[in-house]
Amino acid sequence: MIQVLFWFFAVLAGASALLTVTRRNPVSSALWLIGTFFSLAAIYTLLGAFFIGIIQILVYAGAIMVLFLFVIMLLNLGNDHEADIRSHTWKALAGGGALVMLAMLARIFAGGEPASPLGRTAGPDVLAAQVAEHGTVGAIAVPMYGEYMILLQATAILLLIACVGAVVLAKRKV
Amino acid sequence: MPLSWTLALSAILFSIGTFGVVIRRNAIILFMCVELMLNAVNLAFVGLSPYAGIQGQVYVFFVIAVAAAEAAVGLAIIISVFRHSESVDIKNFRLLRW
Repeated sequence: MIQVLFWFFAVLAGASALLTVTRRNPVSSALWLIGTFFSLAAIYTLLGAFFIGIIQILVYAGAIMVLFLFVIMLLNLGNDHEADIRSHTWKALAGGGALVMLAMLARIFAGGEPASPLGRTAGPDVLAAQVAEHGTVGAIAVPMYGEYMILLQATAILLLIACVGAVVLAKRKV
Repeated sequence: MPLSWTLALSAILFSIGTFGVVIRRNAIILFMCVELMLNAVNLAFVGLSPYAGIQGQVYVFFVIAVAAAEAAVGLAIIISVFRHSESVDIKNFRLLRW
C-alpha cells in the first residue's frame, strides 16, 4: 500500500516538475511547483520524516512560493507576447544534457541493488529507536541543539541578514 | 519502499530542474527551477536518512532555511533589476558578459 502511494506521489511530483519548467505563464509555473512541493511532502511522510514533511509544506509551499507569487504579481509578469523560452535547438541540447546527467546519476544502480549503502544495514528501525525515545520533533531537535548548535545559530544569523538585505535591496530610495 | 526508487526520483527531479535552468530566460522561473533542484537534493537526504541516521533530516532542515533566505534576497535583487530595466528577461542583462 505504501509502495502504491509512493508511486502515485512520485509520478505526480515528476509530472508537476515537468509542467513547471514548460509553462509560459509564470503563475502557472509557480502553481505547478507548489504541486511538486506537496507531492514531495507526502513522500517525506511516507518515508517516515513527519517533521520535515510538515516543514516542507509550511516553509516551502506556504512562505517561499507565496513570496514568489507576490513578486510575480508586483512585477505584473505573464503578459508578454514573446515567450521567454529558448529555441528548439537549446531545448534539444538541454534535454540531451539532462539525459546524460540522468544516465551518470543512474550508475549507482549499475552494480545491482544498493543493498546497504554506506555500509550500514537497512532500516527505518535506525530511526524508530530515536523517535520512540524523544518523539518525532525531539529526534531532530536533540542533534540540532546538541551537535549542530553552531550551525543553528549561524542559520539564524543568516536569516536575519536575509531579512535586512531583502528590505534594503527592494527599497526605492535608500 | 526501496531506497533506489527514492534516489531515482531525486535524480529525475534534479535533471528536470537542470533542464529548466538552461531552457528558461525569465529570471523568476529560473529561480523556481533552482528551488526544484534543491528539493531534489532534499529528497535524497531524507531518503538516505533511515540508512545513515537522523542527520539527513537535520541537514534538510538547514537546507530549507538557507533556501528561504536565498529566495528572499534573490527576489529582492530581481525586483531592483526590474525597476532599472523594466524586464526580467535575462537576455537583456549582458553588462558582465564577455
